[in-house]
Amino acid sequence: MQVTLKIFRFNPEKDKKPHYATYKLEADPNDRVLDLLEQVKGYHDGTLSFRRSCAHGMCGSDAIRINGRNYLACKVLLKDLHSKHVTVEPILGLKVIKDLIVDMDPFFEHYRSVKPYFINDEPPPAQERLQSVEERERFDDTTKCILCACCTTSCPSFWANDQYVGPAAIVAAHRFIFDSRDQAGAERLRILNDQFGVYRCHTVFNCTVACPREIEITQAIGEVKKAILTGRLD
Amino acid sequence: MQTHQYEVLVVGAGGAGLMAALYASRTAQTAVISKLYPSRSHTGTAQGGVGAALGNIEEDHPEWHTFDTVKGSDYLGDQDAIEFMCSEAVQAVYELEHMGLPFSRTEDGRIAQRPFGGHTNNVTGKPVSRACYAADRTGHMILQTLYQQAIKNNVKFYDEFQVVDLIISNGAAAGVVALEHATGEFHIFHAKAVIFATGGHGRVWEITSNAYAYTGDGIVIPMRRGLPAEDMEFFQFHPTGIYKLGILITEGVRGEGGVLINDKGERFMEKYAPKVKDLASRDVTSRAMYIEMKEGRGIGGKNYMYLDVRPESVNRYAALDGRRKPDGSPYQTTAEEILAKLPDIVDFCRTYLGVDPVTQMMPVQPTAHYTMGGIPTNKYGEVLLDEKDTVMPGFYAAGEVACVSVHGANRLGTNSLLDLIVFGKYAGLRAAAFTKEAVYQPLPADVSDFARQQFDQLRQSKGEEKVATLSQEMKAVMFDLVGIFRTGEGMQQALDKVRELRQRFEKIHLDDEGKIFNTDLLNAWELGNLLELAEVTTVCALARTESRGAHARDDYPKRDDLNWLKHSLTWKKAGEIELKYKPVKITSYQPKERVY
Repeated sequence: MQVTLKIFRFNPEKDKKPHYATYKLEADPNDRVLDLLEQVKGYHDGTLSFRRSCAHGMCGSDAIRINGRNYLACKVLLKDLHSKHVTVEPILGLKVIKDLIVDMDPFFEHYRSVKPYFINDEPPPAQERLQSVEERERFDDTTKCILCACCTTSCPSFWANDQYVGPAAIVAAHRFIFDSRDQAGAERLRILNDQFGVYRCHTVFNCTVACPREIEITQAIGEVKKAILTGRLD
Repeated sequence: MQTHQYEVLVVGAGGAGLMAALYASRTAQTAVISKLYPSRSHTGTAQGGVGAALGNIEEDHPEWHTFDTVKGSDYLGDQDAIEFMCSEAVQAVYELEHMGLPFSRTEDGRIAQRPFGGHTNNVTGKPVSRACYAADRTGHMILQTLYQQAIKNNVKFYDEFQVVDLIISNGAAAGVVALEHATGEFHIFHAKAVIFATGGHGRVWEITSNAYAYTGDGIVIPMRRGLPAEDMEFFQFHPTGIYKLGILITEGVRGEGGVLINDKGERFMEKYAPKVKDLASRDVTSRAMYIEMKEGRGIGGKNYMYLDVRPESVNRYAALDGRRKPDGSPYQTTAEEILAKLPDIVDFCRTYLGVDPVTQMMPVQPTAHYTMGGIPTNKYGEVLLDEKDTVMPGFYAAGEVACVSVHGANRLGTNSLLDLIVFGKYAGLRAAAFTKEAVYQPLPADVSDFARQQFDQLRQSKGEEKVATLSQEMKAVMFDLVGIFRTGEGMQQALDKVRELRQRFEKIHLDDEGKIFNTDLLNAWELGNLLELAEVTTVCALARTESRGAHARDDYPKRDDLNWLKHSLTWKKAGEIELKYKPVKITSYQPKERVY
C-alpha cells in the first residue's frame, strides 16, 4: 500500500523554525512506523534524525507523537493506525534538539528526584530476602516501566508546567513505595507531597492510554495520593 | 576539545558496564560513557532468566551448572573460568536481590526458578530449574536495578557519547576518544583504567534479535589498534525468533512446557534430543529446525516452525514426558499461569503478529542472537594480548564484548546475564585496584587524529553508495552463507561479497553535513565496524575445518578435537587478517560426545 508520511523537521544548524516534510512510501500494513522512518532515512533523506535501538518496545528510545498520540515508533503497526496518512512529530513538553530528537535530560532529572532506587539499610541475610507472591504482585505493574517518557509528555499538567515531576517519576516511586522490602516509602511520599508532586495530576488518563507497557499509571498515581492522605500503604 | 580525567572509565552502560561501574566507583573515581541512555541498553531485552544453582525448586549444584556449561560450549569453554562463574553465580544472584531486584517468587517467598535449555540434573540427565527469573523480563529488571543503584551511588554518566578510539600510551590503556552526539565534538577521556562493556554485533545478520545499537564497536576499536579478537567464528542463532522480524521469544516458553512443531504436526525435537527434547541447547535446536525446513517440513513449506505453548498442548506433552511439579504431582498449566509467567511474549505476539499464544501457535525461525567471541580476557576481565595470555595493563573487558571464554562454541541460555554480573563485577574490582598503583600515562600529542581521520574520510567521501543498501546486502549474504549451516564454498562467496562491500564503502555518500546528532555519520561509522566483523567472522569460520557448537559445516560435519580443540585469535595487520590459536583450559572435564 502507499502511505503519505508527514514528518516534523527541524535542523538547528540550518532552520530558523520547524517545518513539515512529506514522503510518499510503498509500505506493508504490518510495517512498524519505525520501519517507515528507517525507509526515509535509508533511501530518501539521510538527514532525518531520530533515536531507536531495540525496535521491539523494550528500550524506550523511540517515543514519538504519531497522528496526535504518543507511541513507541517500533510498537505501532501501520495497519493499527487505520489511515494512509501518518503524521510524525516529537513528543511534547521537552525541547526539540533536531527533528524527532528531544532533550531527555529534564525527564531523567525528575526521575532521579524521587529516589528511584531500593533502600534498605539493614544488613541483608546470607540468602535472598523473602517476599511472598502477593507482596511481589503488589508492585508488579510499575516495575514494567522503560522510561520512554510517553506518559509524561502526554500529560497536560506537564505541558502546563514542566516542574511537575510527571507520571513516569511517580510510577518509579510507586514501584519502591509498595515493595515490602523497601524502607524509604515515607520519604518518597514526602517528596511527592509537594506543589509539583502528585497533586498536579488531574486524572486526565492520557498517561495510561499512552503507556506502551500498559501500566495502569493513573491508578498508581491514585494509590500514591491515597497513601499520602492516609499514611498507610495498602 | 574537552579533556576529562577519571581513574576508571567504563564504556557501555548495560549489565556488565553498570556492574563494573558500581564496583569500581566504591574505591576509584569512575565515569560511564555510553552511546545510549543507560536504560536503553540491550541487557533490558533479555527475557528468560539468570542461571544460578540456588536449588530453590529442586536439588542443584554449581558443579552441575559447570558441567552443563562446559558441555554446552562443546568443550571450547575455558573450564577454570566456567567453574569460577558458576560458583560465583549463587552469591551474585543474591546480591542482585539485595539491590532490590524484583524476582518472581516461589510459594515460600524465595527466588523463582524455571528450566532452560541445556541445564540438567547431572544424575538423571533431565532438565533442572536453574534460571532465576522475573516473569519474562529478567534483563529489564537487572538493567533497571543496576541503573537505579548507580544513581543511588552517584556514578557519573556521559550519555549519548560514541566512543570511537582507545588511547594507548606506553603499552597501557590510557583513555578513550568519544564523539558527543548532541554537539558532534570530540572529547578526550584520560584514565588509568578502561573497561569495555559494549555488547555484541548481531546486526551483521539479517534476521536478528539484536538492537540497532549492536554493531560491535567495542571489538573493532581495539582491533584497529592492533589488539586481537578471540573465537570470532562462533556466533549463536537462537531457535525462536518471531518469523521475519527476529524478535526474541524466550527459551523460557519451552521451559514452561512449550514445544516446537513442524508442518506435519510433529514434535520433531524428540528425534534430535531424545532426553531433553525441546530443551536441548540452542545450537542443537536451531540446527534441527533448519534440517526440518530444508527437508520440506517447515510450516507450509516455508522457513518457519510453530512454537506451541497453548495450555492443552503443554499439558498433553508434559503428561507424555511424565513431567512433575516439585511436590510430585503431574505438571499442569493454565492460560492464566502462562499469561502471568510470559506476559511480554504474549504482548509481542499480539502486537507484531496478531497472534495470541494462549490460543494460537507462534511462527518462529532461528534468529542471530549472541556473540560468543570477542576481546580475549581472563576471568578477572583483564584483556589478553596474545596466545601466551600476556595481560595488557589498564585494559579490561566484560560481558558480551569479551571472550573469557565461558561460552566457548555455544552459550547456554541464562548464562549471558550471569556473565554480565559476575565478570562485570570482577572487571570493576580489578580495574579499581589497578588504579591504586598505576599512574596516568601521558596522552599522545595527536591523540584524536586517528578517530578524526576516520570521520573526515566518511564526511568527505564523494561516492553514490548508501549506508542502507550496503548494510542490507551484507546482512543478507551473512545470514544465508555464514549462518546456522556453513560450507567452504558458501563462505568463500560471502567473503568475496563482504570484500566487495568494503570497497564500495569507500564510496559512501552521506546526506547529513551537520554536527548536531548526525546519525547519518554515526550509522556509516557503525556499518564500517560491522563490515570489519563480517570479514573477520567469515575468515575465522573458513579456517576452522570442523563442526563445533554454533559453527556447523556441511563439508566438515564432525567435531575434531585432535586438530581443533583450540581458541582462535585474530589480528588485523595492514589490512591482512592474521590467525593464531591457543589451547583450551581443561580442568575436570575431558571432551566427550555431546548428546542431549
